[in-house]
Amino acid sequence: MGVIWDYLGNSSHWSGPEGVPARVLEHLEYTFLALAFVCLIALPLGLFVGHTGRGSVAIAGTANALRALPDFGLLVYVVLLISGRLPADLAYLLPSILVLVILGIPAVLSATYAGIQAVDPAARDAAKGMGMTGSQVLWRVEVPNAMPLILSGVRSSMLQIVATATIAAYVSLGGLGRFIIDGQSQRDYSQMAAGAVLVGLLAIVLDLLVAGIQRLVVSPGVTGRFRTAGPRRRPVLISSSQEGSVVPTT
Amino acid sequence: MRPNRVILASVATVAALALTACGGGGDNNPLATGSAPAAPSDTIVVGSANFPESTLLAQIYAGALTAKGVKVSTKLNIGSRETYIPGLQDGSIDLIPEYSGVLLQYFDKNATQVTSDDVYAALKTKVPAKLTVLDQSTAEDKDSITVTKQTADKYNLKSIADLQPVAGQLTLGGPPEWKTRQTGEPGLKAKYNVTFKEFKSLDAGGPLTINALKNGSIQAADVFTTDPNIVANGWVALEDPKFLFAAQNVLPLINKAKASQTVSDALNAVSAKLTTQVLLDLDKQVILDKKDPGEVAESFLSSNGLG
Amino acid sequence: MIAYLQDHFQQTVERFYTHAWLAVLPLVIGLVLAIPLGWLASRYRRVYPGVINLAGLLYTLPSVALFVIMPSIIHTKILSPINVVVALTIYTVALLVRVIADALISVPADVRSAAVAMGFTGPGRFLRVDLPIAVPVIVAGLRVAAASNVGLVSVGALIGVNQLGSLFTEGFTLDVGSIVLLGILLCVLLALILDTTIVLTGRRLTTWQRAVS
Repeated sequence: MGVIWDYLGNSSHWSGPEGVPARVLEHLEYTFLALAFVCLIALPLGLFVGHTGRGSVAIAGTANALRALPDFGLLVYVVLLISGRLPADLAYLLPSILVLVILGIPAVLSATYAGIQAVDPAARDAAKGMGMTGSQVLWRVEVPNAMPLILSGVRSSMLQIVATATIAAYVSLGGLGRFIIDGQSQRDYSQMAAGAVLVGLLAIVLDLLVAGIQRLVVSPGVTGRFRTAGPRRRPVLISSSQEGSVVPTT
Repeated sequence: MRPNRVILASVATVAALALTACGGGGDNNPLATGSAPAAPSDTIVVGSANFPESTLLAQIYAGALTAKGVKVSTKLNIGSRETYIPGLQDGSIDLIPEYSGVLLQYFDKNATQVTSDDVYAALKTKVPAKLTVLDQSTAEDKDSITVTKQTADKYNLKSIADLQPVAGQLTLGGPPEWKTRQTGEPGLKAKYNVTFKEFKSLDAGGPLTINALKNGSIQAADVFTTDPNIVANGWVALEDPKFLFAAQNVLPLINKAKASQTVSDALNAVSAKLTTQVLLDLDKQVILDKKDPGEVAESFLSSNGLG
Repeated sequence: MIAYLQDHFQQTVERFYTHAWLAVLPLVIGLVLAIPLGWLASRYRRVYPGVINLAGLLYTLPSVALFVIMPSIIHTKILSPINVVVALTIYTVALLVRVIADALISVPADVRSAAVAMGFTGPGRFLRVDLPIAVPVIVAGLRVAAASNVGLVSVGALIGVNQLGSLFTEGFTLDVGSIVLLGILLCVLLALILDTTIVLTGRRLTTWQRAVS
């Protein structure tokens, strides 16, 4: 078959610390580590700004400004700046994860606060009318309604991180980008193509995964999936909005 | 809608892969530099590899040629030898600074010559028809396996051969091409029976490798012998009694068609002035003092009456 | 950094220019391709899910992967800037198709009826009614595409394409942070220039919005 399959077809490339499974695992580690930090920082911030309406201009401005930064350049710059002063294991990992987090924040941040702000005011009104406090309104009404947007923000952020983590191989990180960078130095197109194909597949799989989570987590009232008539089995909801939630049935 | 998406994703992926499989067969190697737009025949394109000394030498060559009225353009920081040699062969670049020993091994994997003169003589016969090498300088810059003073003391290391019993516990760092090159891992195994526990793909003696050796994430590194970091950090470049890294004299590799008398004379004059000590000093200015390679090249040329 | 700029002014300007057209060309071609595709998806409901899902799929792929795979599909050499242009065009189309399709679908029904009543038919109605109404949304999509293209072009330095991204690789090999910083600043500048141009063009095309308010 094509030259692309030469590298993947060779079974010795599937074992050991430099084999395909090991690299896929490394790539996943970087992605989830960065994504965890992104959510830790951007979700609370976005919820706060969306719910209280304070600081939305500043946040919008920051998110947009961060988007204009070139991923590759930022990666190289931060590595040059701080890797010399870090201990061995973290020297390249820390700056890389830091950059992945910085680049991943805008998507989640803007999606979260936009999602909260876009919640139907009628729903908020009804909740307040029912006597809910501020935080109850947030967690029982606004968040479930904003879920589709929030999750789509997480999805874009994740894809952005997977893509940038690939480039991080340039500054000696592992992961699937390693096949591309090494393949180029060694003039091995088959290796480069293998890396590219694997990264593409990984992105698609992760994307479908989050789409699946979205399906499970977003309350069916919000997606309007069960609006069409007909007796259906109710799915088990993971969302905490199950008890006493007010879901608009527009 | 969801199951459709999964099906679509799978179908599209298979289709795309099938498409690439059909397209990517045979001798169509995307990494071979294709027919680049040829520079006007009186311009010499000077290339350099992706490490500072190569850039410096390229700037020196370029400056020397410009001083003699030759039209020059530069393509710096191209990549590894494996990347730019095809560029020389198809005309994307015309001239590049090279090192005799590794260059010989690139063209002849089984070369056994080790001294400067032997290597040079063999090189002249092994260089492909379109290319040629001009006079070599006495300046040498070799790859080395370098360790920190602590590591050298701990394992009593003086030469690469001493690594044989302990390499299995150590990590080697070098450029990605060392995984497959004769003068890299395969050569270490063949000549010295040295196999490291792990190899980390970093860069060609650049900041990644230097920092990694400094902070201990690797214990042995490919550091160029003219790199001022060796002296500055008290590191030990292990001796190479079996000549894994043969003589490495700096010389210009040039497209024969562009090697006119003026060009050859200018470049030979440069080579006459390059000694290892001079190279060490120039490298220190670029690598430690962080001076601009172009400026360092200029001052070298003017202080030697070449530019 | 200033010294570097002074010494390498010509080269830096060339790189800026190359980077600019490598980022802009896909935007233009992408827009031109996305409009008919988006229209198809909005007009024929059966085609909509397929087109949107395919676009989503293509957008999911990391661009580095596309840069590397492109040579084997279109038979170019890997150093060729054509890889970058084709890959980024695919990206831009994938992004804009959905935006355009949704924008065209959401043209209010009463506006459509009014246009038909006024005698606008087929392509005339599309060009003079539907599309102009979709302009604000298209502008928003183009802005995202422009910002992301500028960043993605710099990744091309990894496969040897000479543009502002080369400042990153150069600064890295020489271990000089200020060269990298220069590259970052120039990229941000380019992104700002493109963004402003797109916004201003959008405003000129939608004078009717401001006239009303």
